[in-house]
Amino acid sequence: MQFMLLFSRQGKLRLQKWYVPLSDKEKKKITRELVQTVLARKPKMCSFLEWRDLKIVYKRYASLYFCCAIEDQDNELITLEIIHRYVELLDKYFGSVCELDIIFNFEKAYFILDEFLLGGEVQETSKKNVLKAIEQADLLQEVFFLCCLTKAIGCLGEVWEGS
Amino acid sequence: MNATMVVPQLVKILRTLVTTGYSTEHSISGVSDPFLQVRILRLLRILGRNHEESSETMNDLLAQVATNTDTSRNAGSAVLFETVLTIMDIRSAPGLRVLAVNILGRFLLNNDKNIRYVALTSLLRMVQSDHSAVQRHRPTVVECLREPDASLSRRALELSLALVNSSNVRAMTQELQSFLESCPPDLRADCASGILLAAERFAPTKRWHIDTILRVLTTAGIYVRDDAVANLTQLIGEAQELHAYSVRRLYSALAEDISQQPLVQVAAWCIGEYGDLLLEGSCEETEPLQVEEEEVLALLEKVLQSHVSQPATRGYALTALMKLSTRLRGDSNRIRQVVSIYGSCLDVELQQRAVEYNTLFQKYDHMRAAILEKMPLVERGGSQVDGEAKESKEAQLSETALVSTEPQASKLLDLLDLLDGTSGDAQPPPPLDPSPGGALVHLLDLPGAPLPPPSIPNLRVFEREGLQLNLSFVRPSGTPTLLLIMVTATNTSGADVTHFICQAAVPKSFQLQLQAPSGDTLPAQGGLPVTQLLRILNPNKAPLRLKLRLTYNHFGQSVQEIFEVNNLPVETWQ
Repeated sequence: MQFMLLFSRQGKLRLQKWYVPLSDKEKKKITRELVQTVLARKPKMCSFLEWRDLKIVYKRYASLYFCCAIEDQDNELITLEIIHRYVELLDKYFGSVCELDIIFNFEKAYFILDEFLLGGEVQETSKKNVLKAIEQADLLQEVFFLCCLTKAIGCLGEVWEGS
Repeated sequence: MNATMVVPQLVKILRTLVTTGYSTEHSISGVSDPFLQVRILRLLRILGRNHEESSETMNDLLAQVATNTDTSRNAGSAVLFETVLTIMDIRSAPGLRVLAVNILGRFLLNNDKNIRYVALTSLLRMVQSDHSAVQRHRPTVVECLREPDASLSRRALELSLALVNSSNVRAMTQELQSFLESCPPDLRADCASGILLAAERFAPTKRWHIDTILRVLTTAGIYVRDDAVANLTQLIGEAQELHAYSVRRLYSALAEDISQQPLVQVAAWCIGEYGDLLLEGSCEETEPLQVEEEEVLALLEKVLQSHVSQPATRGYALTALMKLSTRLRGDSNRIRQVVSIYGSCLDVELQQRAVEYNTLFQKYDHMRAAILEKMPLVERGGSQVDGEAKESKEAQLSETALVSTEPQASKLLDLLDLLDGTSGDAQPPPPLDPSPGGALVHLLDLPGAPLPPPSIPNLRVFEREGLQLNLSFVRPSGTPTLLLIMVTATNTSGADVTHFICQAAVPKSFQLQLQAPSGDTLPAQGGLPVTQLLRILNPNKAPLRLKLRLTYNHFGQSVQEIFEVNNLPVETWQ
């Protein structure tokens, strides 16, 4: 996979993950063109289209378009499965995911994507493992947060006692 | 670690995956870990490519995967698709390839558009190698032409065009033409040119071929390629027995609609050439059509005056009118009038023609019939003309050589331009050429593909006391009358050569241009040589003769040498 884009029906970009090195200007240009092209498609049309020298696989879930660009030898049908698997992961994690969840917790969405795909290829085929890894990361974050909090309170206490 | 070691392991892993099933967390809708399966298949594809042994090891497994996978959901189809791709790429057994094509055929019947799309794409790749297997699915492919989805119908179009062969050409052309009438505009050009190409390759009869092209021109005339007109005129010209038929069909088509430019051009040409057949009697193959001379002239005039007609089309119409002046039995006053009106037309091309035709009416009326005779057949590629009819006419028209070449040449120019695809004013006929036959040959030579200039060997022409003069020749392919000579003077002696001047002389019929030399001093002991370029134009292709005069100072003496260059290679002037 070369890149994955998530955008709303109004054309606002919610997530972008690039697996090829491109300059910012090029990324913006590609995003703009692709969003226009995909949004122009009618609902009954098939999920694949050819754009430049890439194959674009897109699927619409509620108000979000999930759009992947794959190379010539890649399998389009399995890319559809990849998109679906990602949506399932998000769903499991957020519990009935909607666009707002992704807007407000976009860093979590990126974490989940990075656990699932690496360099554009699937690295973990088990749903359970991906979610377990995210849970562990969350736990670590909380523990870290609590430690910081106790430390801060401790410091404050010292300062008080001092004064 | 090479392929032979890895492949059996992979085969084993995949086999376990497919048969015994894996854990629930890895599988999707009954297919165990499709991501992993697809990956392994992809790896097998890369390993098996061009590798006989590995491919053989994989054969069984691929067949097993292909038959065991449940394709009710997308995951299964994805795995199956990857299997098909792998079978296509490795050195698989023929039975396996047929299985792959059949799987794709099954995909084509699936309701899911995505699956049909991938099936069409893959079949397109396979059509070259497994043509007969893909042919079996032709009806389904043709069905897909009717898809409203543009990307699907485009794929179906490409595949259908690839599947046309001599046995199904009539049915397929029928389907493709109905598709042409209803398809979106961006596909029309491809469809039209595809139909024309297929018709050219597999036409069962000439009449069918002409009919097909005619139908394409009426439906999608503006989308056809430029050389379609030339091809059609060529075709009609060849089919002697169909002249009457074609001209009638074209006349009816033209009478209905004069906006489709290629159609109008062909129709105008035909009416001009075979106008007499149009007017006399009836033709069995079409409905009886009574056409009056006045109607024909009115139609051509309408084309001439219409604002939708392009300049080229109007040129055709004017020439056709002119030709009709000899074909029609009635009075040619009307034609004379039209021709003289256009003598002051703003379009230079039309004006030129009109003026020439006017002159033909006035001064050379006795020769009009001979000049406007039916055209002899131009051979395909335009490289030669059936010369006899032309040359006998040329012999009669000795002092009017100019006028006779121009109308012929302009007609030929049209055809040649169309064959070439270049614009009309790219190759004007040489105006004062004493031999008209030669002019035509020149014209016909130019559109041919340029040959690379044959290399002519260098010539050492002068040697004295260490000073040498070499000539190298180049005949650029774009201009056959030009010869470029590079004169190189080198000095291997112990003393410098100074004030070196080289002059050249050629016979009167040549034109010589000497460019400035690179210097006038040759340093001693093989220093930098002096080069000078000579441009010689040889329009008459006469044998080249070259005289050189050298003046220089060497060893304290001034030297003057005059000599003629012998042994000039024949390629320099032929």
